[in-house]
Amino acid sequence: MNAHQERVNLIFEKIDTLGLMEKVMKLGNDKILEYIKESGLKGRGGAGFPTYLKWKLAADQKSDMKYVICNADEGEPGTFKDRKILEEQADKVFTGMAICAKVIGAPEGYVYLRGEYNYLVPLLTTKMNTFNEEMQKLGLNFTLYLRSGSGAYICGEETALIESMEGYRGEARNKPPYPVEKGYLGKPTVINNVETLVYCAMIVLNEGGKFKTFGTEISAGSKVFSVSGDADVEGIYELELGMTIQEFVDLFGDGDTKAVQVGGASGFCVPRKKFKETIIGFEGVPTGGSMMLFNSTRSMYHILMNYMEFMQEESCGQCTPCRVGCQQLVKGIQAIKHKKRPASYLDDLVKLAKTMRVASKCGLGQSVANPFISIVENFREEIIY
Amino acid sequence: MIYVTIDGTPVSVPENTTILDAAKLLGVHIPTLCHHEDLCVAGNCRVCMVEVKGSRTLQASCATPVSDGMEIYTNSRLVRTARKHVIELLLSEHRGDCLRCYRNGNCELQALANEYRIDQGIFIDLHKEDQVDISSPAIQKDDSKCIRCQRCVRACTELQSVGALCVAHKGADMRITTFWDKALAYVVCTNCGQCVTHCPTGALTERNYVEDVWDAIYDPTKHVVVQTAPAIRVSIGEEVGMEPGQRVTKKLVTALRRLGFNSVLDTDFTADLTIVEEGNELLHRLTKAIRDKEDVALPMITSCSPGWIKYIEHEFSNHLDHLSTCKSPQQMFGPLAKTYYAEKIGVDPKDMVVVSIMPCTAKKFEAARPEMMASGLRDVDYVLTTRELGLMIRQAGIDFTKLEDGDYDSILGTSTGAGAIFGATGGVMEAALRTAYELVTGREIPFENLNVKPVRGLAGVKEATLKIEGTLEKYKFLEGVELRVAIGHGLANARKIMKQLERGESPYHFIEIMACPGGCVGGGGQPIPTTDEIRMKRANAIYDEDEKMQYRKSHENPEIIAVYENFLKEPLGHKSHELLHTTYVKREKN
Ligand code: SF4
Ligand code: SF4
Ligand code: SF4
Ligand code: SF4
Repeated sequence: MNAHQERVNLIFEKIDTLGLMEKVMKLGNDKILEYIKESGLKGRGGAGFPTYLKWKLAADQKSDMKYVICNADEGEPGTFKDRKILEEQADKVFTGMAICAKVIGAPEGYVYLRGEYNYLVPLLTTKMNTFNEEMQKLGLNFTLYLRSGSGAYICGEETALIESMEGYRGEARNKPPYPVEKGYLGKPTVINNVETLVYCAMIVLNEGGKFKTFGTEISAGSKVFSVSGDADVEGIYELELGMTIQEFVDLFGDGDTKAVQVGGASGFCVPRKKFKETIIGFEGVPTGGSMMLFNSTRSMYHILMNYMEFMQEESCGQCTPCRVGCQQLVKGIQAIKHKKRPASYLDDLVKLAKTMRVASKCGLGQSVANPFISIVENFREEIIY
Repeated sequence: MIYVTIDGTPVSVPENTTILDAAKLLGVHIPTLCHHEDLCVAGNCRVCMVEVKGSRTLQASCATPVSDGMEIYTNSRLVRTARKHVIELLLSEHRGDCLRCYRNGNCELQALANEYRIDQGIFIDLHKEDQVDISSPAIQKDDSKCIRCQRCVRACTELQSVGALCVAHKGADMRITTFWDKALAYVVCTNCGQCVTHCPTGALTERNYVEDVWDAIYDPTKHVVVQTAPAIRVSIGEEVGMEPGQRVTKKLVTALRRLGFNSVLDTDFTADLTIVEEGNELLHRLTKAIRDKEDVALPMITSCSPGWIKYIEHEFSNHLDHLSTCKSPQQMFGPLAKTYYAEKIGVDPKDMVVVSIMPCTAKKFEAARPEMMASGLRDVDYVLTTRELGLMIRQAGIDFTKLEDGDYDSILGTSTGAGAIFGATGGVMEAALRTAYELVTGREIPFENLNVKPVRGLAGVKEATLKIEGTLEKYKFLEGVELRVAIGHGLANARKIMKQLERGESPYHFIEIMACPGGCVGGGGQPIPTTDEIRMKRANAIYDEDEKMQYRKSHENPEIIAVYENFLKEPLGHKSHELLHTTYVKREKN
């Protein structure tokens, strides 16, 4: 183990969550918001929206009902960290939700759990019941509920998650209105992912400090990474943001790493020649946490096909650029490989991917261009021949 | 007010205006596909996207409200490229068999491809050969032409609250289907055809019987009778290139003769007949309920809309006794033609073919119902929509606008203004009130020029109360009674009315329900497009027609008087029951 991993331990640190909540109850909401603002925390799902701002917007809404939702629909290929967090630190997740609930004035909260993680339901239910009782005793008007997803990647997108919770097909909604204005059942809703909520709890516990001492100006703090692929030490690691890919590969690679896929199927592929200059964080390649290492025996064509087929299947299919675009990308690279289309067709596909980036309705379709363009541009030969 | 600029031109619009509507104010055309003004916003085809300064992505203009200071570009390079890509993607998934397509020439996808001059697809052809679903006698569905805009789904769910169509699967497999993927004939579909009139492409169409009708016309051994529904005469013009809302009744008659129909008759006649039967039925029920204190089903609900009938059979099958037992005008016409009329003109009913021209796709299903054989034969042989008739007229090379005037044949061809207004929502009610009030009081209904204004217009559920005063001896028990009526159009409104009835809170005596928004002027067989503006134009033309008629009350129609004298004897009599009344069946909810 190396310094980078040892320095940070916020996510899995054992804390007295009840003690924290007692403290929170005495804090003014403005104070809590100030802590979160000072920390510089951005959402850990990958999009990086400032958490403070999300809470503030929801807090400012006038409404008879508000909701907090924990997005535990972890579905990015190569990521498995939320599972571990929920297994080991569910209380901290709940605490993050309760803090948010207090700040925005939400009497109800939901954990939207990925369908494949249903084995966690008994554990989470027990913990949730205890937690609910404790909140009652503390005088916080907040009750937590558990909801099971039915296994579509798109339901990780917050508006699709809401549709799914409301009993509809998982499909992204038009934005605006954003969930903080009109979310679950049309009421202001904050949706944060598992990790973000734990960090919120830790930030309040440490009164805003500590967190910001990690990371960089733009990418404050740490985050949890799921490391897989050709890595000697696969697993889950909490690391500071702002390190370069080179530093990362030095830690986890096997010496033969030719590319790192940052952020899974919706993320970027960084080739060896860019390891040194590429920063993991919002100033470089942002990530939801999935890190896949590929060594020189891997075919980038197969890797690309794998991602594209995944996206082709997981697109909700409602909007044209994403539904048909994904199919065209899959069929297109196959056609080039089989010499049914000229190599120059790859340029047409890159243009199409760029259109998908700006024309798709939600983040899923918009992000397909990330793996596609970064792999195609860096490994053009491998794709064509 | 919100101030924005569109392509450099400033414009101020009210809050919550979409970019699309703001652009319209400036005369800037933004193409759309999944958008339809009848339906909720979808924003899924992405054809209407525009560039908004400062935004990372393009915005769907139909789904994005303007905000202050927005700088919008509708025709930038980025927009054009993306739009072209989207159109090409749609085409790549679509079986572009335009030359063999029923919607050829009236297809929004085709028009868009034309606008953007997509002449050579750069993308790989992805279309899947799908079996065309022709299980339903009314609606045909071809997935290979579907562009997944969900207009049909929204029409079926929102306008009609039926939900027969839904989106299933995801990604490349995403498609529009029915519950459990059953064929259309085996689901809750009411055959109303609102999905068809809202579909931009040839994916959903009516089952087309034009060739069968040509065959009948060309067959010298057949006597082909045609009947035209009230709403046709104000909409057929659109099919032959005229503006919406033109009254073309007399040209229509000439066109039908020119097409080769042997008798050109009028469903308006049987609309009048419906009023006489139904008016008497209402009075009969009121007598039993109010005078005899018997337990009869009130409110009574109209039964002329076959989409509505199938809906109630599925959704509220415990309340079928509220339906009037009267057949719809189309189905009253059929058996009369094959008995009374056939005899009068000396034609063997076996050699008679009855064709109806209807604004409706559900009428195709209605004609095929097993009980519709009161004449001993299939009462109505073929049902064509306004669109199909338009096609026949064009095929025959008839220059419709130049046609001389013609008059309907007699015996089943004379009608009144009351029959005509059946075509608009509230029309049956208005016609019924004109007759019922006069039957009860001996005086004309106390509305200026007979126009019962409260029942007109496009409000979802309309109500009216009519105090009955100065009754004739026979109806003394109705003296002072406030007759309460309601009108619903579009099945979503029908559901509201039925929910109220189900709760036992329905305050009405008589309810008119039409399956389609706007009534038959907005029917599922009417010209495409149909919007509220067009519905209003067609309805106004119908009221115009009514005002210009010699007779405006059904019971004054001389041919109606004659048919009772010579044939039916009396309303609700034995013969009427045999030929003009019907029964209903309970159907499953899914
Ligand atoms: S981008 Fe893809 S996932 Fe998102 S709305 Fe469009 S089709 Fe659905
Ligand atoms: S639906 Fe339209 S585009 Fe498709 S084949 Fe028919 S006419 Fe052509
Ligand atoms: S015909 Fe009417 S009920 Fe049937 S699917 Fe279409 S809209 Fe729905
Ligand atoms: S059937 Fe027609 S209306 Fe329905 S989704 Fe397909 S193209 Fe759109």
